[in-house]
Amino acid sequence: MEKICTCLEGEKTREIVKKYEGKEGVLVHILQDVQCEFGYLPENAMKVIAEELDISLAHVYGVASFYTRFYFTPRGENIIRVCVGTACHVRGSHAILEEFETNLGLKDGETSGDLKFTLETVSCVGCCALAPVVVINDVVSKEKNPKKIVAKLRGEEEQGD
Amino acid sequence: MHKREAKKHRVKVCAGTGCRASGSIDVIRAFSKEIEKQGLEVEVIPTGCQGFCQRGPLVTIEPQGIFHQKVDAFDVPKLIDFTVLRGKEIERLLYTDTVTGKVARNQREIPFYQKQMRVVLRNCGKINPTNIEDYIVTGGYEALAKVLSSTTPEEVIEVVKESGLRGRGGAGFPTGLKWKYARAAKGDRKYVICNGDEGDPGAFMDRSVLEGDPHSVIEGMIICAYAVGNVSEGFIYVREEYPLAVENVSIALSQAREIGLLGENILGSGLNFDIEIKRGAGAFVCGESTALMMSIEGQRGMPRVTPPRSTEAGLWAKPTCLNNVETFANIPVIITRGVEWYKKIGTKESKGTKIFALTGKVKNTGLIEVPMGITVREVVFDIGGGVLGDKKFKAVQIGGPSGGCIPEEHLDVPIDFESLGEVGSMMGSGGLVVMDESDCMVEIARFFLSFTQRESCGKCPPCRIGTYEMLEILTRIVEGKGEEGDVELLERMGEEIKTTSLCGLGKTAPNPVLTTIRYFRDEYESHIRDKYCPAGVCRALGAYRILEDECLQCGLCREACAYDAIMEERDGFYIDPVYCNGCGACVVVCPIHCITFEGKRVVKA
Ligand SMILES: Cc1cc2nc3c(=O)[nH]c(=O)nc-3n(C[C@H](O)[C@H](O)[C@H](O)COP(=O)(O)O)c2cc1C
Ligand code: SF4
Ligand code: FES
Ligand code: FES
Repeated sequence: MEKICTCLEGEKTREIVKKYEGKEGVLVHILQDVQCEFGYLPENAMKVIAEELDISLAHVYGVASFYTRFYFTPRGENIIRVCVGTACHVRGSHAILEEFETNLGLKDGETSGDLKFTLETVSCVGCCALAPVVVINDVVSKEKNPKKIVAKLRGEEEQGD
Repeated sequence: MHKREAKKHRVKVCAGTGCRASGSIDVIRAFSKEIEKQGLEVEVIPTGCQGFCQRGPLVTIEPQGIFHQKVDAFDVPKLIDFTVLRGKEIERLLYTDTVTGKVARNQREIPFYQKQMRVVLRNCGKINPTNIEDYIVTGGYEALAKVLSSTTPEEVIEVVKESGLRGRGGAGFPTGLKWKYARAAKGDRKYVICNGDEGDPGAFMDRSVLEGDPHSVIEGMIICAYAVGNVSEGFIYVREEYPLAVENVSIALSQAREIGLLGENILGSGLNFDIEIKRGAGAFVCGESTALMMSIEGQRGMPRVTPPRSTEAGLWAKPTCLNNVETFANIPVIITRGVEWYKKIGTKESKGTKIFALTGKVKNTGLIEVPMGITVREVVFDIGGGVLGDKKFKAVQIGGPSGGCIPEEHLDVPIDFESLGEVGSMMGSGGLVVMDESDCMVEIARFFLSFTQRESCGKCPPCRIGTYEMLEILTRIVEGKGEEGDVELLERMGEEIKTTSLCGLGKTAPNPVLTTIRYFRDEYESHIRDKYCPAGVCRALGAYRILEDECLQCGLCREACAYDAIMEERDGFYIDPVYCNGCGACVVVCPIHCITFEGKRVVKA
């Protein structure tokens, strides 16, 4: 089972690297595309990138780990981001974050065991006039009550299943 | 374009990020559907941010210019029937001023817009950013045509120098001078970079310009490339959190390419230049120019020592001219409207306008553009409408994590590069956060420092270790474990870090701490000496209490409490301090404000 997976990851990653052939300074772009494909950076994909670009795995990992938007473990189906930027902080985003933490049983940056939810903070999404801001799966949420948001996400899943 | 003239009726719906979050895409869809259904000659224009995001979705109906706010998709049929076809406004959707109670029919009647001056945001919120024709109709690319046909590169640089334009990315370096250096540098290959990283939390002006008027930035960059010479490639670096900006800029780039404004032999002038987008990956320090170039090269985005200046050895060690989004967007106006016109705006040393993101405890939040020299008071009270909930004003924090606080006594300071520096703050990129009596300045200082500390790239010890130590001290203070001498220690460390760090991040990180100490020293002392937080924010220093005599026993607080700290007894409710986490959710929901925060006032033995 694991082998097939590796195979797919490798193939896909090679395809992505190929797109950038002959260009300079593409490592960050490749990592972004790979993450877009898998939702995180699988170790095998990073090995393939190192191999294809003829650089060390340590280099690939070093660059990836420098940026906060690269992840090394799988992420949840629903990604809840609470903005803790200045505008949101001043308007009480920490109370919202805490409520999410209690409701989901997750801490900032964690993913639930069933891979349904990831909870994380972000330092401004540029929607500060509406602070405090909660982003659900890349969309700024109109609803701000954590209990209702979580209930809705859970409810929809049950109906969908 | 012919079609456009034929359609008298136009509906402008804001499709900026803020209004999208409030449902403007549904409103746009509803309009298109209804118009098609009724077979009307009405054009729907999705625009970029109009500034007043808090009131979104915003809809302006032309030719009358009727301004409606908080519009819902359900309102659309009535809007078409009433407003579009008969020119009558819908009372319920008009803006009522928060201070005077006056109802405004169009944008000009709204105090939020009255003191503003939209130069950079001239098109933002007016045109469809994904349609290059819209930009051209308003005089777009005229500056480029003029420059390419009748101005030498040296003359362009002279114009930019003359205008007095200073970089809007924070430090205020004269733009003309930077271009001159870049032109003078030797190199067969040079680069032009637009810095759209905007890592400052609480700021969204670059985002709005890139989303709402990408062509003005592109036009500025092409003119820069022409002026600098030997530039065939440019980059726009946009942060990852801004997907709509990436999308709109990509569309704009391909449209410009299609009609020969980018690529080979631009407008037959012999200039070859193209622009590529680079997406950031979430590192605040990548906004710093040398770090940004490292990041474009695909490496860890760490700042390097200057000199050499980037204009001599920047991206791939080639001469590089890097400017902020807003800086580039200024260029086309300066050229079309002329230096004399431009120089009249602003103060002696700071020309033109500045865009700010006005947020925090202020009635009208949003994106504003004001002439330099306007006072902080005018911005907060005239444009912002004053402090939210009529609480007492405490401070404005300007310039993000690298800026400082301005207290009430300095409210009349003019906003320009020099004056802000004199009161210990700085222009920064343009975040402007209003704080009231319920904000604890020590906690705010801790908040900013925790941000810079987390974002330090770690290259130099003063920044990496120094900010960490300062944060430890601040955390101790807000937790009630502060000691005599802590404030002096913070001051000393702050100065040290400022002078010994390599890049701007470390050099400015202590600013919020130093200015809050400067203006709110008593608040620090009260935390340390009396173990009391005057603003009632620091949880460790006090407790919430329900005023039994006033309590209606409605139970809303109990429902709101996520920690089950609110207990019901036969004669009322009370908060169990053991369970209470101090989040204040109960205070927010209490309809009669009968939950108070009381300091412990534990005097140290
Ligand atoms: C830590 C740090 C972050 C910065 N972030 C930004 C940014 O997000 N956008 C920006 O334009 N400039 C930023 N700057 C300033 C840039 O280094 C640079 O001075 C500026 O982009 C130059 O453009 P200008 O001359 O048009 O202002 C930052 C500087 C530092 C030290
Ligand atoms: S001052 Fe801080 S962010 Fe700047 S180079 Fe040094 S460690 Fe990195
Ligand atoms: S601070 Fe939260 S969106 Fe900007
Ligand atoms: S996004 Fe619509 S006004 Fe700002």
